[in-house]
Amino acid sequence: MHLLLLTADQNTPFNYFPVALQLVIAIGFVAVMMGATHLLGPKRRTKDKLVNFESGIPSVGNARQPMGIKYFLVAILFVLFDVEVIFFYPYAVNFRFLGAEGFKEVVLFVAFFFCGFLYIVKKGALDWED
Amino acid sequence: MLLLNIDAAFVIEKVILISVILMGSLGVAMYATWAERKVSAVMQDRIGPNRAGPFGLLQPLADGLKLFFKEEIIPDRSTQFIFILGPCLAMLTATMTSAVMPWGPDFTLGGRTVSLQVADINIGILFVFGVVSLGVYGVMLGGWASNNKFSLLSSIRAASQCISYELAMGISLIALLMMTGSLSMKDIVTQQHGFWNDGYFTWNFFKQPVGFIIFLTCSFAELSRAPFDLPECDSELNMGYHQEYSSMKLGFYLFAEYINMFISSAVISTLFFGGYNFPFMDQVQAAVPSGIFSLICVGALMAKIVGMILFFMFVRWTLPRFRYDQLMKLGWRSLIPLALINMLVTGGVILMTMKK
Repeated sequence: MHLLLLTADQNTPFNYFPVALQLVIAIGFVAVMMGATHLLGPKRRTKDKLVNFESGIPSVGNARQPMGIKYFLVAILFVLFDVEVIFFYPYAVNFRFLGAEGFKEVVLFVAFFFCGFLYIVKKGALDWED
Repeated sequence: MLLLNIDAAFVIEKVILISVILMGSLGVAMYATWAERKVSAVMQDRIGPNRAGPFGLLQPLADGLKLFFKEEIIPDRSTQFIFILGPCLAMLTATMTSAVMPWGPDFTLGGRTVSLQVADINIGILFVFGVVSLGVYGVMLGGWASNNKFSLLSSIRAASQCISYELAMGISLIALLMMTGSLSMKDIVTQQHGFWNDGYFTWNFFKQPVGFIIFLTCSFAELSRAPFDLPECDSELNMGYHQEYSSMKLGFYLFAEYINMFISSAVISTLFFGGYNFPFMDQVQAAVPSGIFSLICVGALMAKIVGMILFFMFVRWTLPRFRYDQLMKLGWRSLIPLALINMLVTGGVILMTMKK
């Protein structure tokens, strides 16, 4: 009976137990597959074979070099905006409870969100064609 | 102390369910590779795989076995540990997403209620998003560890594309959550019971068409499938982030992609097309025992998933690829404002109808 009461509620550590179970099974599956392919495949390593393929011709220099700043800018902007999106989630779940009062405040929040968005667009942070 | 109350039958039930789902998603992923080749063949007026077994049905098995028996090559200039970790992470995240999917209604077996959902947690859809975001690491680490310029470029493209579209995806979902008022996948499905109620469709697709289109577009980008397959465009990058990989490590990347496609089809079906609900389900429920009914429901969900997967494939073989700047422009400048407007309009409409 005690157990049934626990499973009825959605918000106990107990509910996450099957997720942990799935994680364990998934890790086991990945490990077994990786081990199997390691054991089954032939191993005839030669020096030429272990060279990076890249484009099929001898590669020039190291790949660990600076990349375009745009990608990093996108990553930073993502972090900023995703935090704001996450704020919407608790609001959306309690939307009916908060009613018109809450909606006004969210409109204000979206306005701020949009200001920030317009700012990065005007700054050219999202321009990819130079 | 409460955690110690778990009984053995519960654990066994969950282990069986998890294994079946894992094997099922692997099987679907394997035959999705076959279906992709057949679909592309039909659309391009070719025959497609037809040597291994009838209609080439054994082709995916042959491909899988072949990958097992291939030599695994770890380039000597790569970072070994991360090189191996990359595909493992990609596969792990692909197999974890299915944990919160409700595959069918509960049924009773030998006096106990068996749930066809691994874990009914109250943050269901957030869990999916969290795990999907982790999937970027598999691609990013693998591409970086290869020490190959094309792989690096591909993985950095993939990462930046995924995170860009995640924003619009998240916001498009807010409008849906405003209507459901719950993040739990089970609740969302239960609310879409049947097909027709109170003079309107119950499925969220008919209530949130704009949200659905945004979500679908973002799914294409998240899966890096055509027309957004920029991380894997052969004409610009030689192959993609998995260019230096061989044997099952390559297989993991390819399989993870198809498992992700299966799972995202399942998520789209659950969120927008009523999950395991189907028209006239109440009459069917009254007519058959609960076990059979659950199976029918699982069948209905699988039919929707297969339909979605076929849609993904038709699009891939129909539309040409976007350019990278077009992709970023669509994601940031069109979809995010559109999703925000959709959210505000939804909120306004719900409030107006609530007041009556």
